[in-house]
Amino acid sequence: MKFIDEYRDAEAAKRFAAALRHITSRPWTIMEVCGGQTHAIVRFGVDELLPKEVTLVHGPGCPVCVTPVELIEKAIEIASRPDVIFCSFGDMLRVPGLSKDLLSVKADGGDVRIVYSPLDALATAQENPSRQVVFFAVGFETTAPANAMAVFQAFRQGIGNFSLLVSHVLVPPAMEAILSSPSNRVQGFLAAGHVCTVMGYSEYEPIARKYRVPIVVTGFEPLDILQGICMTVRQLEEGRAQVENQYSRAVNRNGNRQAQELIREIFEVTPRKWRGVGEIPSSGLGLRPKYAAWDAERRFGLADRIVEEATVCISGSVLRGEKKPHECPAFGAACTPEHPLGATMVSTEGACAAYYRYRRIQMRHTHAPEHQS
Amino acid sequence: MCLAVPGKIVSIEGDDPVFRSARVSFGGVIKQVNLAYVPDAGIGDWVLVHVGFALNTIDEEEANQVFEYLRQIGDLGEMENEEAK
Repeated sequence: MKFIDEYRDAEAAKRFAAALRHITSRPWTIMEVCGGQTHAIVRFGVDELLPKEVTLVHGPGCPVCVTPVELIEKAIEIASRPDVIFCSFGDMLRVPGLSKDLLSVKADGGDVRIVYSPLDALATAQENPSRQVVFFAVGFETTAPANAMAVFQAFRQGIGNFSLLVSHVLVPPAMEAILSSPSNRVQGFLAAGHVCTVMGYSEYEPIARKYRVPIVVTGFEPLDILQGICMTVRQLEEGRAQVENQYSRAVNRNGNRQAQELIREIFEVTPRKWRGVGEIPSSGLGLRPKYAAWDAERRFGLADRIVEEATVCISGSVLRGEKKPHECPAFGAACTPEHPLGATMVSTEGACAAYYRYRRIQMRHTHAPEHQS
Repeated sequence: MCLAVPGKIVSIEGDDPVFRSARVSFGGVIKQVNLAYVPDAGIGDWVLVHVGFALNTIDEEEANQVFEYLRQIGDLGEMENEEAK
């Protein structure tokens, strides 16, 4: 397909790799923020083309993975009510709560439906006026315009049986949390392209200055990612720390003004808990008081519920880029995509699931002696 | 999750900017897409679509910059290949 296939050309990828070898003189650690980029890197083997000095670590940019267990528990409670149709993106159904997931609610007779868009959930509400329809609004800035529009259309059309369970998170505060951690080893970032399609990239400029870290807005195809890495390494080698834009066919500095205006109309910035990381101030979005009538947590009286995480998995360290998936003792043994212990194994964009799917044979080969001992 | 897919606008309907939508072709597969965030998009334009919404019109002039960058930086890699021989 146009705008996809040309960016997967193997010869061009090899030429990028050769150029990268030429410009790299020292070890560098670069984080790709977005789970979609993690998936592409592991799927296409982009990391295997890199010189040994360049290490990619995988970031927290998978909304499924960072949704806290507290919200999963709220989703399970709402979805279990007989008067509710609970709509969600498919990935969320298998994220483990404390004792079960949304899929088992569905198996027990709950009306849980997978939708492609929040507008599908809104249409379901119009078709079922006697039922409560709740949409599990997870996502980063990329998805915020869609969820904002669903609420705005419900407001305009007076659809009262529709609400959002909001779990919206923002990228820049997570990047700052990583950079200010004493155990941080990230020296440069590939910023998430589609987040910047919506928000632009001016908000990354103070981060690049404050932490002296290059940030390159990067797309999702193999050649995009290779170019993003080249641009980051070049900055690191030259001692620069600037925001640059690799993904200019889809991103400009100001982003999408119309989308930002509606996001600001519907949502306000709030503190958010991140699974495996904890609460980060000003790191998410919640509905403004004007639109509180469409807030599922208020509608079902769950706003004050607090649930603590208790898990053996190391997804928090994986999400902060401190550990790789195969460094977890449960990886591929107690924890698999069929029976995930942590959310990074659930979503196809989670680093653990990507490693399990594309790297297991190779890792089994490397790690077999340890497992046997 | 933040996946967004390029598609080409085939037809447009609706006058209300909030509900304006298009039939968009993804390699022949047609889906209905909301155009509220790309008010200037027209038939034949390529848009980047995420969960039923066009987030941007793809800049076709910028689409080649990956290869232009590679031409510049690629010369460095060629030098390395020469050295290796």
